[in-house]
Parts: sequence; C-alpha cells; structure tokens
Amino acid sequence: MIGLEHYLFIGALLFVCGVVCMATKRNAIGVLIGVELVLNGANINLVAFSRFNPAFEIEGMIMALFVIVMAAGEAAVALAIVLSFYNNHQTIDVDQAEELKG
Amino acid sequence: MNMTVFLFWVIAGMTGACAIATVVTHNIVRAATWLLFTLGGASALFFLIGADLVGAIQLLVYVGGTLVLVVFGVMLTAQGPFISMRTSSAEWGVSAATGIALLAVLLLATFPHVPLGPPAQEGAKAPEPVVAFAPKPVEIEPRTSPFTMIIGQGFTGVGVGPAHRDPNARPKLAEAPKVPASGQFAPDVEPAPMPAPEAPVMRTHYLLPFEIVSIHLLVVLIGAAYLALTKRRREEVV
Repeated sequence: MIGLEHYLFIGALLFVCGVVCMATKRNAIGVLIGVELVLNGANINLVAFSRFNPAFEIEGMIMALFVIVMAAGEAAVALAIVLSFYNNHQTIDVDQAEELKG
Repeated sequence: MNMTVFLFWVIAGMTGACAIATVVTHNIVRAATWLLFTLGGASALFFLIGADLVGAIQLLVYVGGTLVLVVFGVMLTAQGPFISMRTSSAEWGVSAATGIALLAVLLLATFPHVPLGPPAQEGAKAPEPVVAFAPKPVEIEPRTSPFTMIIGQGFTGVGVGPAHRDPNARPKLAEAPKVPASGQFAPDVEPAPMPAPEAPVMRTHYLLPFEIVSIHLLVVLIGAAYLALTKRRREEVV
C-alpha cells in the first residue's frame, strides 16, 4: 500500500539532493541543475497532496503546472546570466565570481 | 505484491538513485544526463499517481525544453578544465553532513507518529499525535484521469475545484414585506415566507493566473535573450 508518506519521502530525497548539488558544484550550470532538482521535489509533493487530499484535488496539479512554467523561465534567465559571465570572464567557476565580494 | 506497489518502488528507486548520481558525479555532462533520467522518473511517478496532465507537461516542458536549454549551456561552456571540476573533500564532508541532517528533519516531519518534543513524564497521559490532516487512505490504482479536462476548463475561466457557498452572499429577498396585489393588508392571513434562495455555488477559476504566467514567461524569455546578447555587443566595442 503506497501512501502519502512514500511520495513525500521521494520529494524530500530530491530536495536534499538538489540542495547538496547547489552547495558542492563549482560549475555554474551544476548549481542550476541543483535548482531543477529542488523544484522537482516540490512538484512531487504538490501532486501527491493533490492526490491524497480531496480538498486539494485540482489546486495541487495547477500549482505544479505553474511551478513547471516558472522553472522554464528561471532556467532561461540563469543560462543567459551564466553565458554572459562566461563571455566576460572566460570561466564558469562560481568561485571566481567575486566582483561583488565585500 | 501489488503491481502498483512494485512499480512505485522500481520507479522511485530509479529516480532517487539518479538524483544521487547527479550530485556525486564530477563531470557536468554526466550530471546533465543523470538529471534527464531523474526528470523522466519524476514524470513516471506523476503518471503512476494519476496526474496524467502534469506528467505529460513535465515530459514536454521540463525534459523537452528546460533540459535542452541546460544541455546547450553545457555544450557552450564545457571546454577543457570546466568539464570536470572537483570539489575539495572538506566541502564534500560539510555538504553531506548538512544534507543528511536536512533529510532527517524532513523525514521526521513526514512521519508524524514519531514522537517529537521532550519525553513524557511517568504517569502523564501520552500526548495525542498531532496530525495536520488525516489523509484518506486512497487505493492508488491505474485509472483514467478525469483531471485533464477539468484543469483545461479551469484555465479557460470555468469554475473548478471544491464547491462552497458564501453564507454572507445570501440574498435578502425573504425579508421584504409582502404586500398583497390589492394594496390592503390582510392581518389574519399570514403570507407564507418565501424560502430564501440558496447562495450561488462558488468555485475558483484560474484564468487570471494563467494569463499572468503567460505574460511572465514571455517577458522572461525576451529578457533572457537581451541578457545573452548585450555582452557580445560590449565585446565588439572592446
């Protein structure tokens, strides 16, 4: 019997993988991949809630669809920033991006 | 063992393993490939839970659009030393410890029958487990999802979702004094009060958020194109 907890567990696993990915990757695109993992974990949670809570039946899926659209826009902007950073600095290491360091 | 349970564990194990492989690999091209399998596994989970539309859109937009963007970014920047960038083991240790602690916290919140808080005193009544809402045990069976049409209607302005009646919106028609057509009151004949008409059923629709998110996506894409172009112009000047 698969319950809500099982789906929440998978969502939590994806979320934590995304956070660790954001923290450890030095490649800027690796950080972006971590963000995508986090958003997917949140999406799995939303869809699971919409399936198991009858008062949330439609809303959870609609919120998941909005999250997918937002993730598409966010990936486009982040890649544009990464590409312009790469064009200016000839590197993609986020540790080299220290112009704003105080 | 039920087929659905078997499928869930196979797909969930594959998704989780691919997510972990995304994190631990050093090669950015391999990380993008593992991300592809993770997103595909998440979409298979959506199909399994009965959310057909979300699973299909996940495949179309996420795997077909966003991931292709990421792969293009990898191709444009993966040169020489940037393909495989190693992280120091100290950073790995700190990150892994943080991740495991975060996962433990999330699992404690997920399974609410694990007792939290200070241990109960001897003889004190055991506290009732606090459950925010008790989900109905729904047997997850493969079925045809009715939600695609409902969500489509919600996006085009038709009310969807659970119905509720606003008690304040009840029309006050019943309180008007009943005047007979002849203009004279008949005191001994009490006019039967009209039953108050029910307040209209209210449902939410999602036309406005849908339009907002469409315009938002358009603006974001134009802005992204502009951001990616300006630096090339500056390079020509320099």
